[in-house]
Amino acid sequence: MSKAVADAPPRLAPGKGRVLGQPVARLEDGPLVRGRGLFAADVNFPRQLAMRVVRSQIAHGRLVSLDTAEARALPGVVAVWTAAEVSDIPPIPFRATKVRGLEPYCQPILARERVRYVGEPIAVVFAEDAYIAEDAADLVVAEIDELPVVLDAAAEPAEFLPGNSTEPTIVRKEYGDVDAAFRAAHAVIELDLSVGRHSGVPMETRGAIARYVAAHDVLELHGTAKKQHWNRDEIARLLGRPPTGVHLFEGHVGGGFGVRGELYPEDLLVCLAAMRLDRPVKWIEDRREHLVATNHSRQQRHLIRGAVDADGRLLAIDDVFFHDQGAYVRTHGARVADLAAGMLPGPYRLPAYRVAGHFRLTNKTPAATYRAPGRFETTFVRERLMDAIAVRLDLDPIELRRRNLVTEAEMPHVRPVDTLGVDVVLDSGDYIGLMDQALAQFGWDAVQRDLTARRAAGDCVGAGLAFFVEKSGLGPSDGVRISIDATGGVELVSGAASVGQGMETALAQICAEALGVDYRRIRVVRGRTDRIEFGNGAHASRVTVMSGSATYHAALAVRGMALDTAAQLLQARPEDLAIEDGQVVRAAAPGVPLIALAEVARQMGPNSPLMRGRTPGLTAERWFYSEHMTYPYGVHLALVRIDRATGEVRVEKYLVANDVGRAVNPMMVEGQMVGGFAQGLGGALFEEFRYDERGQPLSTTFADYLIPTLSEMPAVDVLIAEDAPSPLNPLGVKGAGEGGTNAVGAAIAAAVDDALRRPGAIVSLPILPRTVRRHTEEPT
Amino acid sequence: MTSVAVGDETAMRRIGVTVNGTLQAGEVSVRLTLADFLRQDLKLTGTHLGCEHGVCGACTILLDGRAVRACLLLAVQVDGHSVTTVEGLAPSATVLHPLQEAFCAHHGLQCGFCTPGMLTTLVEFLKDCPDPSAEEVRVAISGNICRCTGYDSIVEATLSAAANMRDGS
Amino acid sequence: MKPPVFAYHDPRSVEEAVGLLGRLENTRLLAGGQSLMPMLNMRFVFPDHVIDLNRIETLAGIVQDAETIRIGAMTRQRDIADSALVRDRLPLLTEALAHVGHRQTRNRGTIGGSLCHLDPAAELVAAAANLDATIEIAGPDGVRTLSMAAFPRGFMTPAIEPDEMVTAVRMPLPQRGHGFSFMEFARRHGDFAIVSVAVLLVLAPDRRIARASITLGGVGAVPLRMVEAEALLVGHEPGAALFERAAETCRAIDALEDAQVPGWYRRQLAGVLMARALATARARAEGVST
Ligand code: FES
Ligand code: FES
Repeated sequence: MSKAVADAPPRLAPGKGRVLGQPVARLEDGPLVRGRGLFAADVNFPRQLAMRVVRSQIAHGRLVSLDTAEARALPGVVAVWTAAEVSDIPPIPFRATKVRGLEPYCQPILARERVRYVGEPIAVVFAEDAYIAEDAADLVVAEIDELPVVLDAAAEPAEFLPGNSTEPTIVRKEYGDVDAAFRAAHAVIELDLSVGRHSGVPMETRGAIARYVAAHDVLELHGTAKKQHWNRDEIARLLGRPPTGVHLFEGHVGGGFGVRGELYPEDLLVCLAAMRLDRPVKWIEDRREHLVATNHSRQQRHLIRGAVDADGRLLAIDDVFFHDQGAYVRTHGARVADLAAGMLPGPYRLPAYRVAGHFRLTNKTPAATYRAPGRFETTFVRERLMDAIAVRLDLDPIELRRRNLVTEAEMPHVRPVDTLGVDVVLDSGDYIGLMDQALAQFGWDAVQRDLTARRAAGDCVGAGLAFFVEKSGLGPSDGVRISIDATGGVELVSGAASVGQGMETALAQICAEALGVDYRRIRVVRGRTDRIEFGNGAHASRVTVMSGSATYHAALAVRGMALDTAAQLLQARPEDLAIEDGQVVRAAAPGVPLIALAEVARQMGPNSPLMRGRTPGLTAERWFYSEHMTYPYGVHLALVRIDRATGEVRVEKYLVANDVGRAVNPMMVEGQMVGGFAQGLGGALFEEFRYDERGQPLSTTFADYLIPTLSEMPAVDVLIAEDAPSPLNPLGVKGAGEGGTNAVGAAIAAAVDDALRRPGAIVSLPILPRTVRRHTEEPT
Repeated sequence: MTSVAVGDETAMRRIGVTVNGTLQAGEVSVRLTLADFLRQDLKLTGTHLGCEHGVCGACTILLDGRAVRACLLLAVQVDGHSVTTVEGLAPSATVLHPLQEAFCAHHGLQCGFCTPGMLTTLVEFLKDCPDPSAEEVRVAISGNICRCTGYDSIVEATLSAAANMRDGS
Repeated sequence: MKPPVFAYHDPRSVEEAVGLLGRLENTRLLAGGQSLMPMLNMRFVFPDHVIDLNRIETLAGIVQDAETIRIGAMTRQRDIADSALVRDRLPLLTEALAHVGHRQTRNRGTIGGSLCHLDPAAELVAAAANLDATIEIAGPDGVRTLSMAAFPRGFMTPAIEPDEMVTAVRMPLPQRGHGFSFMEFARRHGDFAIVSVAVLLVLAPDRRIARASITLGGVGAVPLRMVEAEALLVGHEPGAALFERAAETCRAIDALEDAQVPGWYRRQLAGVLMARALATARARAEGVST
């Protein structure tokens, strides 16, 4: 064996394992189906106060005065704060941006002189219970001088502050000679496309419960999600405490989707209050607040131009877009605009590309990431462009894509553009192969014949498809510590978090496979800053890639230690031994247990003679580092029927095909696809945060913000491909969290166009019945 | 704020309600919702609040056997009645209700926030309709929003639970 | 989203309730709570007194006499939907109920509550108007009745005095074998309709239309009885062309206009749904299963 090979990091053999790759039942479900979960609102501490936020009812104005006297006088009210009481706390910082100059646009935890959106916190009330707190909040009187509102990000920028316009930055990326390509083009296609404002809207609203434990001088924050370590460090910094004196805890999280777990004003307010009022403080967001206070997302308008040769091959894309950021720049900085700009080219060979993303503030709720951020939007834009090119050149849309898709032979495909600060290198994939598989599974040709027949019978029906590339496994690092106790129980401590997607089961499966134990004996600890020093949380479909890989390495390390010790005890050679179901066995005789892992762990305890002079414990911590992201990909196919008379669009049939490299748990991956699709369907047809001309939000209840119910869901078919394992991690996995959502708007738009027999009819999302009705002919 | 005289029946009430088979007595403010009574006073936090305006279905409980939204009831209104919450569905600490079993087996939940409301709604539904079609299941829980699963797996789980319950009875 | 402070009363009889209504200011009656409770939770209303009708047992029940079915105000929507009697004699009502909210809200929501809330898009309001219901109203001077046509005073405002309450709704029984249809267009199943239509058709032995009732919900501030369209139909043989002509009367409607739905779209939906509902009602009247 050559030295180089011996040192290469171990890779998991391809194919299904005993537990990895199997659709095993989830570890999470037991308490959840019994109603014994611990969601934010389920956390209570003795003597806790309820916090209620007073929010601006005006979209833009000068805050003249706040009268809190009546609220303070209400029995049961302990304190009422305005900006004056928290002036020592800096605004909410950024986490994820390398764009400079955004600082003036950060959100203060309570509005100072100006209010900039309806829902902005202007005061907080602390009272004995939530009912009284709400009574008191209603008694706070705000005097606000209304100012003109900015609601259209594509309009001329206005002044944000003296010296700062509402356009803090333009995200620009460019490679190749775009102008030359357009000059040489056989045809140039131009489109004006928009995506509506919608967002994650998890079923659990946000919540934050803080308490100061004087006995240990520790400030605790409960009800957290996603980014505990970063949030811990920032809370500590903003409150002037050492990070070791602040701990964040994650219970159950009722859906994340990008919006949960960011650092919001309320998180700091409860922490500050717990310290200053010296009582635990609980804040639970109500649904109406959620719809105006928690991050919105998606709203963009793109003016895109594509240059193609006579065969329909892309020569260049030139895109100018306007990103509606809302009233402030929050923790994500300009990340969504950056992702949009970096990911727009998608799966196609594109010799030249230029993009200018105008990142603009408006008087609406601040925006940030939502499942497939920047990709749901740009897949819609790019695939609309591809459909328009096909029409212009009179080519079949599938043939057009075939000509432009990056081929397997071209992988890895380096694109001279970056996103999230790392270069885009499409790591692996057989795009055309997956498209063919998907067309076959959907029965595309049969569907086309069927459509012809149904149209002849008078039905308004159509089919469409859209290709997408996702990104996942954002680095730079993640660590996992695995320990085996003296009863053989395994504990896996991860710096990642769970947002309800099943990461505990996935990590346990990986650990079980590598270690040789029953995955149900593995206890996964996550989202707790008191159990592991560092962590990068759960977002950007990174957990399975990053924490999964760290888990694999840590499990192999523990396995190696266990075998070394067992070999010592058994007078054998470690390489002759293996671990099966928690028992050390001879590799040649796997059915005969020689010694239990529990016993090995006991022998490795601190008082064991074997350990003298060494660090005791059957435990290992391993870190996984990654410079590049891994790029899952796939294709969506939709069949829709339109009621000509009403304009209603029904999706009759849908296929999500997604290559995820390797599916750790196919049942959970399928769940991600179908659930992701449902959210995409919402953005394609139903969900929108609407505003009137004064910036008053119109979608403030679940009767106005329309989340798809079962009645709106079609049968969804899923094709999970594992054809292109990622070369970038030992498991070959790619994230599976966002592919189900990514191309829904694009595929449904294509199908609606096809049903209407009007190419290019759909230029914006969501596709409303009345818009479609405008395109159907008069009822007879 | 209205001041409350001691013993004012219009402001505070003593109530007695059978919850999951046990009589629970307590003194409540008349404006306390049933959902908050269950969650705060009885510490039965399995009844979730997803909207508090009657749309999402997360707070569904059984009132005298009927599925209703606990965010749209006052605690005083259930005085003398019987309430079943998700905590009361499993026959014991080691055995699950067939619907709970099926939700685990068919991946009928991801984050689990909507699950209690789904389960309580379906318990009533399967009592009325023990051998439902997929379409009937879809209608039965169209008033329960799930943001994670896309619902397919919930329908599957329900059909499988219904079959098991028919076999078992 | 917690209800504001109020005083709570749970009378045991209609007399007691009416007495409270007469004595107290700024009251709200709590029926099934499917509209009032969200409004309280969202603090859209601040009543000083909430009078809960759920403990008045006499207010619930469905009874038939020679010419009518009488449904107590506190009868749950679920019980009406399940009633074999209603299905047999007032199938339009049964069909309308399938569109009302969801299982959990119908289990609690009442017919009286829905009628008094008088949302222009509420299915039961349109159905009651189309069935020529009469409303029984109890007050300090006893019980009076009001036709459904006179019941709405304006947008979400019934013509009842502060010291009165609705105790029942009485529906005259349409001739057996009549045709009916309830249809609506909503963005999602179970949502309030953007437009709904209720149709009742009675055919004479010569197959001509003897009676036509058509009501649109959601398009105006109150349910719209389409008398012009009804007049156009009566005395004629049913047919697609006739139904289209009837539907054209929708073009003249002064339709509600709001941020989500423009007036032109409501008018179009009204015409489409009316023509479809007429066709269904006709098929049913002719004994063709649909
Ligand atoms: S919390 Fe009761 S229906 Fe949503
Ligand atoms: S499982 Fe998360 S809302 Fe249903």
